[in-house]
Amino acid sequence: MPQVHDRGGWPTDEPIDREEHVLSDWELRVDAMHNVLSYKGLRRTDEMRRAIESLSPETYEACSYYERWTAALEILLIEKGVVSKEELDLKHAELQG
Amino acid sequence: MTSNIGNGNDPSQAGHSGHDHAEHPGMAHDEEAGYYAVRARAMESLLVEKGICSPNEIQTMVDRIEARSPADGAKVVARAWSDPAYKSRLLNDPDGALADLGYRMPENSPKLDVVENTESIHYLVVCTLCSCYPRNLLGRPPDWYKSLAYRSRAVVDPRGVMREFGFQVPDSTEVRVLDSTADLRYLVLPRRPDGTEGMSEEQLAELITRDSMIGVSEARSPQTATAS
Repeated sequence: MPQVHDRGGWPTDEPIDREEHVLSDWELRVDAMHNVLSYKGLRRTDEMRRAIESLSPETYEACSYYERWTAALEILLIEKGVVSKEELDLKHAELQG
Repeated sequence: MTSNIGNGNDPSQAGHSGHDHAEHPGMAHDEEAGYYAVRARAMESLLVEKGICSPNEIQTMVDRIEARSPADGAKVVARAWSDPAYKSRLLNDPDGALADLGYRMPENSPKLDVVENTESIHYLVVCTLCSCYPRNLLGRPPDWYKSLAYRSRAVVDPRGVMREFGFQVPDSTEVRVLDSTADLRYLVLPRRPDGTEGMSEEQLAELITRDSMIGVSEARSPQTATAS
């Protein structure tokens, strides 16, 4: 069985849904953050792919596209020591009020 | 599904047990302040606090990404259709040819290949692993390009996929599927439609759709373009 992200040739008859969803502000900003960090040499495409591919199959399937990008960004920022998980959790709780 | 996920890399599950969003991480984008939306804001806040980037830099990047669209790719294709020397340069030295039109690929961007659809060969592009795509020339990929269905099916039934897009590739045409990677992306140079002799580059560009530059369909004919 290939890994969850490796979709080529997976058996499915599912038609291709051509409906576009309008991106939320946070999705736009996650995309932009990836790009800004890339310009600053803090993130590379293959690192980002590896991070996404390390998500569990359940999370991978359940997440939307930019949710995966968010999860991957968190993995990379923590791995590189840019932020710690503790401060991120703290900030998260603070924002959630 | 939520109780025993965990390989250490599931941020959605961490410190979060019993919360509604943990049950449905995939639905969070539609809810106000869903788990990932908050997570993203938290990361942005910390990046700003630590002086790694400013909100303004992020906004500028949002605007820059938003400004890209398939119109950029269409301009390049229209030039290639109109100027054989440019076309051969585009196929052989894409970076140089793109720079001629003012599209400078960022230094760290992956290599771009331009492939030409002809009567005998039709190229179709997919990224089975994720969503690699020539964003500099086409903007963000459409949702369907990133969908699991397209990624699964494009490599085994490309003709069926193209039929779904309303495009029937003649049996006599060989179909080649190109799988993009983090290091190599593709732009398809669609066939120039009949009946377009004498059209200006601007007029031609109107016929060049995003989907024709991915290869799931062909460029519009001038008749279709006028009718729509």
